[in-house]
Amino acid sequence: MSLSLFALQLINGVEYGLLLFLVASGLTLVFGVLGVLNFAHGSFYMLGAYLAWWLSERTGNLLLAILVGLPAMALIGLLVERLAIARLYLRDHLSQVLLTYGLVLLFNELQRALWGNDVHGVATPKSLAFTIPLGEAQTWPAWRAFTALCCIAVAVGMQQLILKTRFGMRVRAGASNAEMVEALGIDVRRVFSVVFSAGTALAGLAGMLAAPLTTVYPGMGESVLILSFVVVVIGGIGSIKGAFLGAMLVGIADTFGKVLLPGFASAMVYAVMAAVLLWRPRGLLGPAFEGR
Amino acid sequence: MTRRILLLAGALALGVVAFSGDRFWLQFLGKAMIGCILAMSLDLLVGFTGLVSLAHSAFFGLAAYALAGVTNRLGLVNPLLTFPVCLLAAAAAALIIGWLSLRATGVYFIMVTLAFTQMLFYLFNDSPALGGSDGLYVAERPVDSRAAAYVAIWAALVLAYLLLARILRAPYGRALEGIRVNEQRMRSLGYPTRRYKLVAFVIAGTLAGVAGYLDATLYGFVNPAQLGWRQSGLILVTVLLGGKGTLYGPALGALLLAFIEHYGERVTEHWNALIAALVIAVVLFLPRGLAGLVQGGRRA
Repeated sequence: MSLSLFALQLINGVEYGLLLFLVASGLTLVFGVLGVLNFAHGSFYMLGAYLAWWLSERTGNLLLAILVGLPAMALIGLLVERLAIARLYLRDHLSQVLLTYGLVLLFNELQRALWGNDVHGVATPKSLAFTIPLGEAQTWPAWRAFTALCCIAVAVGMQQLILKTRFGMRVRAGASNAEMVEALGIDVRRVFSVVFSAGTALAGLAGMLAAPLTTVYPGMGESVLILSFVVVVIGGIGSIKGAFLGAMLVGIADTFGKVLLPGFASAMVYAVMAAVLLWRPRGLLGPAFEGR
Repeated sequence: MTRRILLLAGALALGVVAFSGDRFWLQFLGKAMIGCILAMSLDLLVGFTGLVSLAHSAFFGLAAYALAGVTNRLGLVNPLLTFPVCLLAAAAAALIIGWLSLRATGVYFIMVTLAFTQMLFYLFNDSPALGGSDGLYVAERPVDSRAAAYVAIWAALVLAYLLLARILRAPYGRALEGIRVNEQRMRSLGYPTRRYKLVAFVIAGTLAGVAGYLDATLYGFVNPAQLGWRQSGLILVTVLLGGKGTLYGPALGALLLAFIEHYGERVTEHWNALIAALVIAVVLFLPRGLAGLVQGGRRA
């Protein structure tokens, strides 16, 4: 492999990893704070992609579609949390798995009923339709660079929000001991709602950004869901920093696997996960003790 | 007592169908009973031992692929030969995967089993020598008539139920329930809890292998989708829908889902929405699954 090809693959891997991080961060945030294993997270990714396609057909511009779609996703998350998830905080993980699995089926049917089974392409906005030259022969599409930048901005913003603000403090406190926080007079339920809604919006944003790259198709949420589980578990469930590490590892392993071991690329990601877990059963940055 | 009579009546009713000779019902109920075996064996792990495994479909699929392999490559067709070989394959896989996965606990255990399932899925899906995404035909089925396959499935279902019920009544089964409730206490009482869990994992995996073998016998065909996580997720949902920790509940759940799938398809194109509504309603209003309806107020 030549150096420029290596660099290109590295960029591809990091970029894929960043997108995975966007999805996985929502998943790990919801698990860490609410203690809910959310199988419907992939559906939110799919819903985001479909919204991006549908709205950009209406408005004629993907960026505008994202601006409208993002609050819509946050609202959907809020509704799902209020109507369904909130009833299960006191129940075991299994009930939550069953409920969110039901939601996956529901969203799949919704998508089929509203938008059908066709595959749709989404045009990148004209302002970002150019490519950036890399070295002599390779180019980097501007939309992919934009996607990577968005993911980095979200990662940095999220870190600042969680570490530096009062709300972030409540989120961290809620994650480590929700009952105690409630006893101190803070409305934990509201923190939960906001976190779930934000997680949904993050998955939706990832779907919207990925829509021009992967096209929009039924079942697109599922492979992403499983991969983000892998990411979250490698990093340690509930750890956002861990999710970032895990996403990079998976993104790079997958990209290089496709080049070096074409037949085994998909299996390789799971082999990496199994290896990490056998070495550190609670993930790279997971809690040292059995939390929730 | 009434429960036993109902179970016996249900088993007999399913057995009688074998004499009808109706191709549709043999296939449909055969498939549904395979689902029952899968759900009951997973219940041993989920409901009784407290191990939520997403690797169940892997053992199901491995046994089915093993049948295609020994039949097509080695020319073995005698079920007395192929059955033990395929079960052994499933059991060996369960032993290895279980031994590795049981190092993790809780949510991590779910995810490690998921990882192994997907690894095997992509292994079969991506390699043309193993049939690729199209899967494999079984060149010659172990039994050639559909009625014979049906009888075999029925017998396997009855035996699997009796075996599991026996295991759960034995001291070993009690110990498993103890592990679910409080593993540390069981360990401090001197029980080798990890070995106990591993044995349960292998028993359940082997029964999943029985189901896979029978499925390949009934359809003469195996594809990688049967091995993937969706299938595992579906089995898990069946167990929870029916009521974990009851053994007959998950079997009931499997039959119900089969019927909804079949008749739902006729009523509406969006029959999956029906299942979604059912699943959501059961979680919200029937925490103990459908078996909770039968059981009334007993057992938390």
